[in-house]
Amino acid sequence: MNVILQVWRQDGPQAPGGFQTYQVNGISEEMSFLEMLDTLNERLVNQGEEPVAFDHDCREGICGSCGVMINGQAHGPQLGTATCQLHMRKFEDGASIVVEPWRATGFPLIRDLVVDRSAFDLIIEAGGYISVDTGSAPDANLIPIPKVVADTAFDAAACIGCGACVAACPNGAANLFTAAKISHLNLLPQGQAERWTRTENMVEIMEHYFGSCTNHGECEKACPKSISIDFIAMMNADYVKAKFKNRRLVSQI
Amino acid sequence: MTTGLQLLSKVPGGPIADKWENHKFSVRLVNPNNKQKFKIIIVGSGLAGASAAATLGELGYNVEVFTFHDTPRRAHSIAAQGGINAAKNYHNDGDSVHRLFYDTVKGGDYRSREANVHRLAEVSLNIIDQCTAQGVPFAREYGGLLDNRSFGGAQVSRTFYARGATGQQLLLGAYQALMRQVDAGKVKLHTRAEMLDVVVKEGRAVGIVVRDLVTGEVNSHSGHAVVLATGGYANVYYLSTNAMACNVTAAWRAHRRGAAFANPCFTQIHPTCIPASDEFQSKLTLMSESLRNDGRIWVPKNANDNRPANEIPPEDRDYFLERIYPAFGNLVPRDVASRAAKRMVDAGKGVGPLNNGVYLDFQTAIEQLGVDVIEDRYSNLFEMYNRITDEDPYKVPMRIYPAPHYTMGGLWVDYNLMTTVPGLYSIGEANFSDHGANRLGASALMQGLADGYFVLPYIIGDYLADYLGDPVVPSDDPVFTQVENDVRGRVDGYLTAQGSRSVDWFHKELGKVMLDQCGMSRSEAGLQKALSDIPALHEEFKADMRVLGSNESLNQSLERAGRVDDFFELAQAMCLDALAREESCGGHFREEHQTEEGEALRDDESFAHVAAWVWNGDAGQPDLVKEPLEFENVELTARSYK
Repeated sequence: MNVILQVWRQDGPQAPGGFQTYQVNGISEEMSFLEMLDTLNERLVNQGEEPVAFDHDCREGICGSCGVMINGQAHGPQLGTATCQLHMRKFEDGASIVVEPWRATGFPLIRDLVVDRSAFDLIIEAGGYISVDTGSAPDANLIPIPKVVADTAFDAAACIGCGACVAACPNGAANLFTAAKISHLNLLPQGQAERWTRTENMVEIMEHYFGSCTNHGECEKACPKSISIDFIAMMNADYVKAKFKNRRLVSQI
Repeated sequence: MTTGLQLLSKVPGGPIADKWENHKFSVRLVNPNNKQKFKIIIVGSGLAGASAAATLGELGYNVEVFTFHDTPRRAHSIAAQGGINAAKNYHNDGDSVHRLFYDTVKGGDYRSREANVHRLAEVSLNIIDQCTAQGVPFAREYGGLLDNRSFGGAQVSRTFYARGATGQQLLLGAYQALMRQVDAGKVKLHTRAEMLDVVVKEGRAVGIVVRDLVTGEVNSHSGHAVVLATGGYANVYYLSTNAMACNVTAAWRAHRRGAAFANPCFTQIHPTCIPASDEFQSKLTLMSESLRNDGRIWVPKNANDNRPANEIPPEDRDYFLERIYPAFGNLVPRDVASRAAKRMVDAGKGVGPLNNGVYLDFQTAIEQLGVDVIEDRYSNLFEMYNRITDEDPYKVPMRIYPAPHYTMGGLWVDYNLMTTVPGLYSIGEANFSDHGANRLGASALMQGLADGYFVLPYIIGDYLADYLGDPVVPSDDPVFTQVENDVRGRVDGYLTAQGSRSVDWFHKELGKVMLDQCGMSRSEAGLQKALSDIPALHEEFKADMRVLGSNESLNQSLERAGRVDDFFELAQAMCLDALAREESCGGHFREEHQTEEGEALRDDESFAHVAAWVWNGDAGQPDLVKEPLEFENVELTARSYK
């Protein structure tokens, strides 16, 4: 099959950017989207043009490295699918495809389709953990956790940190990413001790770098792990409670 | 060639079950107030690197972590699917530390160091406790307690799992612990920073040289000790289950600075991967071994039977693993399952459009357990399979075929996880230590976390204690400047070649040679051919590669050029090692050494040793040093899973 790509090219954060059009002929519909980009890059190198820079690594939809806007949709048209798992059979022969980097103030551009998502690390650093020094853990079966609770915590923990939620959000908000981590930890008994401080700290760092949530729900649709925006509601509830509870930490829970 | 290097394993004395306990007591410690006087450099942020960094930070050391990813959470440990072993015996099925130890030594085909494996089995218990306390959402039963499943090479259920994303959840646990130490100011994180050399002064590792992947700047960082947690080298085959960026560069650069490289030919070809579909394929995707709990593997009884799977009646099917290995059935270890699948495909019984796979069929399990149970256990794997192949495994059997997956070989380390360069440690898949010639499923996560959480932090003080009060070698010392210049010269060299072919083209060619001659099956003639082809291809690579762009901004082709360059040298070491090891064991199968039934034939008399290769400047003729392996607790027998 053949496709016509319009790819955002930009040499660096300060350089001017623009779309370049590439006709990519003779590709297989069994290719993944990134293998199609590999093919384009191989041809560009042969023609003496610099290849398109894009982030990618595991190509199994779990590392969260990859992700581009495809025709305006984060990770493209297939629900619950990261860019690396999207295959060309989802496109028509002769299709015109616009490929852009994640668009969000919180993710400054580095080059072409590569952006800087390190603000996500800062959110985790603010409290996305349970404080347990190595060696101090009790036997794992001491704390029974109902299966449904463990399963729901897993649903939230499935986040791969790709940033599609932010890219899809009209406000560039990171609420789904932050809520996923907060909910994962706040749902579990092990996470209770730091529940209220964690919530307050993480939300405040999030708001420093990203826009505000206005419940559009685009994030859930773009999420390659289909993480539910219900978790944002849980985070909001905990944030409000935290504002009271953190004033009197001793009386919490 | 000969070398004066002696390999001292430093395995402590005493009965196997007491060695680790005694050793912990006998090593020197650094007192809590003095730990802050030491700086430790960790390269890599996967399970081993992140867990070590977090733990050393908690203990009070100053730690600096380097990763070439944009965040530590991208490390390839994240892609591990099936689970992590631990001898908890929660299921009362007769598991114990000794049984996990025994299974792992046997599974490794008696080519690992007993004392290391026993220690691994001991600390496996603590890992599960630690990870659960961190909030890792392991699968649970309805009573709220932890669930287990079975993996290949074991007859007990000892594998803890988090759906099909155990590696992800364990890595996020370690990553979060790491970020907590970053917040506490004990760990400094360097992302998009690739280590390109180790700096050795007066025989000790004193730091590293790093290239910033965004700006191209080359900088030095010094520390009292350097820890390499940089993973394995299965990407030498180009097509593997590894992530695209996995590489051997850090380990290989260390090798070139004096660290011996052990058993490079011990590579694992994983039986359950999605078969390749065409030339453009960039990587192969693993389907978790856990699927073999409920999936049955078969091929048509007759060659060239191209009927769709559903139209082949039971009497025309050959459930070959169940037939050949009745005791373990579909749960034989990986090397055994891979070779059996290869024999079937070679005999013309392969399935799928390219006749390059075997079936993994869930029909029986769905009938017995119901589709809900299967969905609960494997839904994310089934979805992934469906996205890649456009086939529905609930209705038609999966097609699978072996693919390079893990490398048991790696930097040689002693019992203290130190390489042959004092002050240079290697942990996780990057070292060679625990899996012998074949790794059992769900043991890689166990080893990475064992090394990082519970082994390295206990023993690194023994080395550091000698240097209390000594400042680090300043990073403007001439020894650093020299290495920096070497690195800059290397990087510039790739840009000035200005040849006609891309780096990926050469990588693919190298991969084909390696898969054909040093993959699942190896022969003297094939290895000799590879050893003449590889250096020629390497020369062509150096002269004819085309890397465009500059060194001053993000340049992914330039990054890959350095990695492929090192793969060429590693590939030669793998073939030399495979040639020297005149026996078949684990993942290493020499065609000249097999039983009449085509099973691996070991030679304990001549090859019960670790083969460690020492760099002498010539990639084609490194020196070989052997560490004899002694088995006092496990009897060496022909490994039978029948």
